[in-house]
Amino acid sequence: MSSTTPNVQTQPDEVKNLFQSGDKRVLVEVKNLKKYFPIKSGIVFQREVAAVKAVDGVSFHIYEGETLGLVGESGCGKSTTGRTILQLYRATDGSVTFEGQELTTLKGEQLRRMRRRMQMVFQDPYASLNPRMSVGRIVAEPLVVHGIGTKREREERVAELLELVGLNPYFVRRYPHEFSGGQRQRIGLARSLALNPKFIVADEPISALDVSIQAQVVNLLQQLQQDLGLTYLFIAHDLSMVRHLCDRVAVMYLGKIVEIAESEELYTNPLHPYTQALLSAVPVPDPKVEEKRQRIILKGDVPSPINPPHGCNFNTRCPVSVDVCFEQDPELVEVLPEHWVACHRV
Amino acid sequence: MAVAEGAKPISLEDEHHEGVSPWIDSWRLFKRNKAAVIALVMLIIIVFIALTAGLWTQLGLLDARGGAAARHTVNPANQTPQDAYPDPGLCARDGQDSNPYWCGWLESDVLVQVQNKYCFRPEPDTTQEQWCYLLGGDSDGKDWLTQTVYGAQVSLAVGFIGAMTSMIIGMIYGIVAGYYGGGIDNLMMRFIDFLYGLPGIVIIILLQVYFTELARTYQDADQQGIAGFLLDLNKDLGGLLFLFFALGALGWIGMARQARGMVLSYREQEFVEAARAVGASNRRIIFVHLLPNILGPLIVLETMAIPGYIFLEAGLSFIGLGVQPGTPSWGSMISEVRDRGGLFSNRHLLLVPGTALVLTTLSFNFLGDGLRDALDPRMRGN
Ligand SMILES: Nc1ncnc2c1ncn2[C@@H]1O[C@H](COP(=O)(O)OP(=O)(O)O)[C@@H](O)[C@H]1O
Ligand SMILES: [Mg+2]
Repeated sequence: MSSTTPNVQTQPDEVKNLFQSGDKRVLVEVKNLKKYFPIKSGIVFQREVAAVKAVDGVSFHIYEGETLGLVGESGCGKSTTGRTILQLYRATDGSVTFEGQELTTLKGEQLRRMRRRMQMVFQDPYASLNPRMSVGRIVAEPLVVHGIGTKREREERVAELLELVGLNPYFVRRYPHEFSGGQRQRIGLARSLALNPKFIVADEPISALDVSIQAQVVNLLQQLQQDLGLTYLFIAHDLSMVRHLCDRVAVMYLGKIVEIAESEELYTNPLHPYTQALLSAVPVPDPKVEEKRQRIILKGDVPSPINPPHGCNFNTRCPVSVDVCFEQDPELVEVLPEHWVACHRV
Repeated sequence: MAVAEGAKPISLEDEHHEGVSPWIDSWRLFKRNKAAVIALVMLIIIVFIALTAGLWTQLGLLDARGGAAARHTVNPANQTPQDAYPDPGLCARDGQDSNPYWCGWLESDVLVQVQNKYCFRPEPDTTQEQWCYLLGGDSDGKDWLTQTVYGAQVSLAVGFIGAMTSMIIGMIYGIVAGYYGGGIDNLMMRFIDFLYGLPGIVIIILLQVYFTELARTYQDADQQGIAGFLLDLNKDLGGLLFLFFALGALGWIGMARQARGMVLSYREQEFVEAARAVGASNRRIIFVHLLPNILGPLIVLETMAIPGYIFLEAGLSFIGLGVQPGTPSWGSMISEVRDRGGLFSNRHLLLVPGTALVLTTLSFNFLGDGLRDALDPRMRGN
């Protein structure tokens, strides 16, 4: 059945080489991505009076087959980043390439074809399934939209997908309200796998689940990654699950990326004061370490993304800020191999 | 959503259990509301009677001329009053001299007033057939029951068509505004705000004044083209067509607002985002994802709005701005009783169309109530 969803795997060698970094191939490359949501005002004729700078110039790349974690407090623009990469929101500025192809300028049929290769798993297991559709129809929808297979073939594929995510294929006639949160999340996962994507943006897929269920879903995600060779952008608002799941982690604050490093490196050697504060809030299983650990409590609130602070946007809460932090926006620089930080004090 | 609350996870063993579609689930919830079920049965009966009125006429139970229904035909010459009317209560119960309405004779199609308590003429005319009306008749010899049954056709047509047109127009308007958003939405909603600012009832009355005048002016003149077609159609429908226009002119704006609001809330839901992420077209998103979800609550709203249309038609007909004269309508029947001074002497004549009106509108209200329990997910879970 997978033969009905052909993936364009073959790439000319030159293109392949272009995106080689060491022995890893870059699958997704994001450069200076911006997404501003306009705020309009006016009774009949509306003018743009301001903009929510949800994503304000982020750059990173994701290697094929890896899991990149994207963490940060809620409202810092993680979901917007994920959705803009998938072209669910059109970027205000910047570029997103997938296997070397620019996505931000794609339109119509080309964009639709691209959508087969990148999918999304959502946060809210209740809102992400249409309550009026049966499980079978929900999981088959991507196939229907892309006109793949006959009705029979689609039914077979749906059964296969349900099994893949650990659900009984007999569930096709049931409706979402009959399932628990974890089961619903599996249904959503089955839907996102229907088209054999290479890349999945998982937007806090476990945040809404019971702790007991979270590990199951994370294990399933890892299993699927191994079996299907998937690449994940895994969005989370706390760092505890991320360490276990992600190869590399990017930390986001107020629309910008402040630090990217390999998972172990980030946890053992956080350089940005914001990352340090976030990590200090993660409980450590070792009681001795836990005892000595100092919690860094950040003062104040996250500033509004409509009016981010001048200079480094963390300067209102930073415990180590100096004059330059109020004047200049720090660049994201590679201070150690594969360890990037945006801070004047590093 | 509240629907999902308290949902039991499905056990893996129970695999042959069939899924419960939300529509079937709704029907179950609906059945729990007894008043709504009774209302539904009532409405089915009312609609059935209204639709088959022609059949009753053919069977002789209703009168084709608007004459006698359920009539007792007697030849008084051979009978005592008691024999003639086994149940005198059926006719001329109050037996006032001034009661011209219950029973009588037809002479050249005009009912002769009955002076006698038992529906007898002082000097029985053996050559004339005698008529008696189950629920009385008017002095033109028209049977009140027949009129009421045919009046149900008008009321139901106004209710249903008013609801349908306002739902269709309002829904399309609301979906376009809500789904496409931005400047289009803003302009469309300002227009609705403007319409809301108008005094609705005055506009409807003015429109009807204009339409009735129009219909009268061109009563006989042969108009060409679309105007002619509409005028003819309106005439055939007894003035209902223009009434629909007048009611429809403003009826849809509430629906449009509601539809837009619901589209706005569903548009941001993740399942719509998921559909977009697989590349579903706008059309698919609207028809497969949005419409089925907003349809239920909108049907509830529109069912609740039907009594309003029925009352409006009755009111307009009462003041002579509704259906054309000669078309039976509950509103015009009530006004006829008033015009002929029956308000004090023959209150039962008010009661017949009045009861029909109240029963019908109450039924729609109870039905709407039941539908809300069943269809509106926001109302569930309590
Ligand atoms: N569709 C939208 N329109 C306007 N503002 C938005 C929209 N989506 C998100 N935002 C704003 O952008 C910011 C980032 O939101 P989001 O990406 O959802 O954050 P996160 O996923 O990290 O919690 C927030 O301030 C939010 O209010
Ligand atoms: Mg989010």
